[in-house]
Amino acid sequence: MSATMIALYVFVLACFVGYWVVWGVTPSLHTPLLSLTNAISGIIIVGAILVAGFGHGGGSAEIIGFIAVTLASVNIFGGFVVTQRMLSMFRKKK
Amino acid sequence: MQLTGNYLALAYLVSAMLFILGLKGLTHPASARRGNYYAMTGMLLAIVATALDPAVKSYGFIIAGIVTGAAIGTTIALRIRMTAMPQLVAALHSFVGLTAVLVAVGTYLMHSREDALNTVLMTELFVGTFIGAITFTGSLVAFGKLQGIITGKPLVFRGQHALNLLIALVMLGFGFEFLLYNHFGALLVMIALALALGILLIVPIGGADMPVVVSMLNSYSGWAAAATGFTLGNNLLIITGALVGFSGAILSYIMSKAMNRSIVSIILGGFGGGEGTSGAGSGTAGTKGIKTAAVEDAVFFMANASKVIVVPGYGMAVAQAQHALKELADILEGKGVTVHFAIHPVAGRMPGHMNVLLAEADVPYDHVFEMEEINPEFATADVALVVGANDVTNPAAKSDKSSPIYGMPILDVYKARQIFFIKRSMNPGYSGVENQLFYQDNCSLVFGDAKKVCEKMVLELKAV
Repeated sequence: MSATMIALYVFVLACFVGYWVVWGVTPSLHTPLLSLTNAISGIIIVGAILVAGFGHGGGSAEIIGFIAVTLASVNIFGGFVVTQRMLSMFRKKK
Repeated sequence: MQLTGNYLALAYLVSAMLFILGLKGLTHPASARRGNYYAMTGMLLAIVATALDPAVKSYGFIIAGIVTGAAIGTTIALRIRMTAMPQLVAALHSFVGLTAVLVAVGTYLMHSREDALNTVLMTELFVGTFIGAITFTGSLVAFGKLQGIITGKPLVFRGQHALNLLIALVMLGFGFEFLLYNHFGALLVMIALALALGILLIVPIGGADMPVVVSMLNSYSGWAAAATGFTLGNNLLIITGALVGFSGAILSYIMSKAMNRSIVSIILGGFGGGEGTSGAGSGTAGTKGIKTAAVEDAVFFMANASKVIVVPGYGMAVAQAQHALKELADILEGKGVTVHFAIHPVAGRMPGHMNVLLAEADVPYDHVFEMEEINPEFATADVALVVGANDVTNPAAKSDKSSPIYGMPILDVYKARQIFFIKRSMNPGYSGVENQLFYQDNCSLVFGDAKKVCEKMVLELKAV
């Protein structure tokens, strides 16, 4: 099995996991769901780190990588912090 | 220390599990915060593991980027007002899109320097850049509409869909040129076209369809991440992208179902420009048969009720009336009145928008109910108080087959014994359809700004 095929297996199975997990999310938390997925899609930082840390005497790739790492970090920190802020507001009756 | 091969893969596997558990936490408000911590841990692990990958040779740009991004992201997240959440979410989607494009271009430059390009990789790059680019500009337009920088009205012109199709085809053409001849220029032209397409796809979609647009772009941002995962051969990116992609897709489905419209018709756009799109007649139609009530009357009814159901909508968010509303609910409950909040799935500008605003105002979540839960309760409610909602309470959606909103699930407000409908003016709702509710005997309109009316109600109640 080629590497691309394995990636495809992983992708399709992850789609099923996503499908079942997300249907379980309570509608009242749909906004935190959006912001949490905002945060975890910041995982694209993994790709950005590989580009930014390419070495080989710098050049355009590293600059592009730097911008990408910055944007992804905004997502990660912005997403997690705002999710935390929202979730801490959801309280039961005291 | 460096992490190689299997150790790196193991770290990514644990990250992926933590992300899944994180989303699973959102099943209930009580477990949600723990879920957020799981996801944070997963992210930290993934970043540290990647930094230890031997392929990473210099750290200056990485650290500078993370520090800058952390400062910006944290500051915005701490300061943003809850009513502006839709804009923030849209802006964050656009960043994922742009990052995907940048990573793809950067990866291309790296591989061409090492002479390691092949057709599979280039196809993946092509897919990643084009999804990323569309997500980027599409989200920017959504952000502009939500922020009020661009008009929320749909922008429709003749030949719009033909133009989009043409651009898409030309874009594919350049994509093939890139694949076959490895022309970097062709990739750049393709990106430019995809950016234009992203704008054109979102401009025709009107303001109140935003819950679907926001969800859809959420989904796109996930697919963009997954495509990047294919490019880099990184399973963690693929898994996370698939999770996010499906999350957005499911939300889009739920939202479009709650409006009884197909996703296709929403994407094609043009619905609801406040022009009274269809047979609704004149929007400002006669006021005959409509009753109005003074704040005092409404307060009298509510104070003597045993059950009041409050129906908030986008108007509550615009007027920032949630805090006054919460105070109102508190006083009523102090008088022994049961107060419940009823939320329609598409109330507001994003999924769950009303829930967050009410939570911000400290309304306990066990007093807030979704449509299916609360609908049977309206028949036993003495008063239904509608604050800034409109179309989602229109009984024409059930009874009038000629109505453009026929078939849309609504909150059964019309069944309440008495309805008070806070309204700024006689302008019809987003769909341009007049609300049949106003002509019912048991419905009275209270004119005024939602926040001011609620504050006045609080004052009156305190006096009673």
